[in-house]
Amino acid sequence: MWPRLKEWLIALWRTIRRPSVHYSLGFLTLGGFIAGVLFWGAFNTGLELTNTEAFCTGCHEMHDNVFQELKSTIHYTNRSGVRATCPDCHVPHQWTDKIARKMQASKEVYGKIFGTVNTREKFLDHRLELAEHEWARLKANDSLECRNCHNYTSMDLTRQSTRAAEIHKRWLGSGEKTCIDCHKGIAHHLPDMTGVPQG
Amino acid sequence: MRDKALIVLALIVVLVAAAVGYAVGRKSSPEPHVAAVQSAAPPAKASTVEPVAAGDQIDAIRRGAPVNQEIAAPLMAHVENADIKRIRAYPMQPPTIPHSIDNYQIDKNSNRCLLCHARANADKFQAPPVSVTHYMDRNDQFLATISPRRYFCNQCHVVQTDAKPLVANNFKDIDTVLSEQPEQKAN
Repeated sequence: MWPRLKEWLIALWRTIRRPSVHYSLGFLTLGGFIAGVLFWGAFNTGLELTNTEAFCTGCHEMHDNVFQELKSTIHYTNRSGVRATCPDCHVPHQWTDKIARKMQASKEVYGKIFGTVNTREKFLDHRLELAEHEWARLKANDSLECRNCHNYTSMDLTRQSTRAAEIHKRWLGSGEKTCIDCHKGIAHHLPDMTGVPQG
Repeated sequence: MRDKALIVLALIVVLVAAAVGYAVGRKSSPEPHVAAVQSAAPPAKASTVEPVAAGDQIDAIRRGAPVNQEIAAPLMAHVENADIKRIRAYPMQPPTIPHSIDNYQIDKNSNRCLLCHARANADKFQAPPVSVTHYMDRNDQFLATISPRRYFCNQCHVVQTDAKPLVANNFKDIDTVLSEQPEQKAN
């Protein structure tokens, strides 16, 4: 088998290396460009399709657990109607980081196929582990997904309650803490927090 | 003889029926009496709430609206969020919460209040730490963490809203009572 595969690969290499006999250079470059545009468009469309709330909540694991918890929080329902969807907080917005996260998500596809959290009980058993992944991610990137919308320099501290303003100024303003240090469980219910440092 | 026995039996039946009737009558009679009192003296109640249509009123929550009408719900009250500590009405009153606690998770997994008010975190957030009594069990033994019987903060500590009180409150704290006493003696 190996010699045959080697022969086939060598033949392919020779074909690729040989200049085109029938097609003009213009056809090949323009055709390549158009094919490239089509490929890239399709790729990004597919990528964005997997980056929507409808896609995320298409799985009952997400729809019945975390999505229901989100609904009563301020990130889903509030006075001005601006809201965050799943990927706003859970997928980086920059392209390279996004691709890296999407590759990581292949583990989640594995989990879906093998039913790692396909019942409420299994989900609750795994909840701390899942949450710790997200906390670690947000801690490592200095709560980047929070800061995509919540910019400290744009916070009007006088519009916050005195208590919130003081604490933000002291810990966030000095850079000693990042959003997720205090705001764990802002959009979903918390797992058993015994032993997890907070604040 | 047989007739005599029958007559005695009939008499007993009549007496029992009369006794039952009297008892039932006595039980049900105070209710119309109270209703009469209420309708006779409506100003006492009407001063606290909106006017009550005596006959149509089935429930105080309806605020006097006839049963066949829908009334607009009152505006939602806002939680006072000024972070200014309030006076306690009496010495042992659990202090009221001077800030909003929307969506605070307090269950067996986590306690959002203790994020700031736990002894270990109070300095970070400049929050008043939970009283030492909340670390004691019922035998006055001190525990390392908050006592389970004190865990659910909002069983005792509550926020205050700007809602108009539904019922007037004449509560006077002990200082007021003490300062009033000499005047009453003078009278």
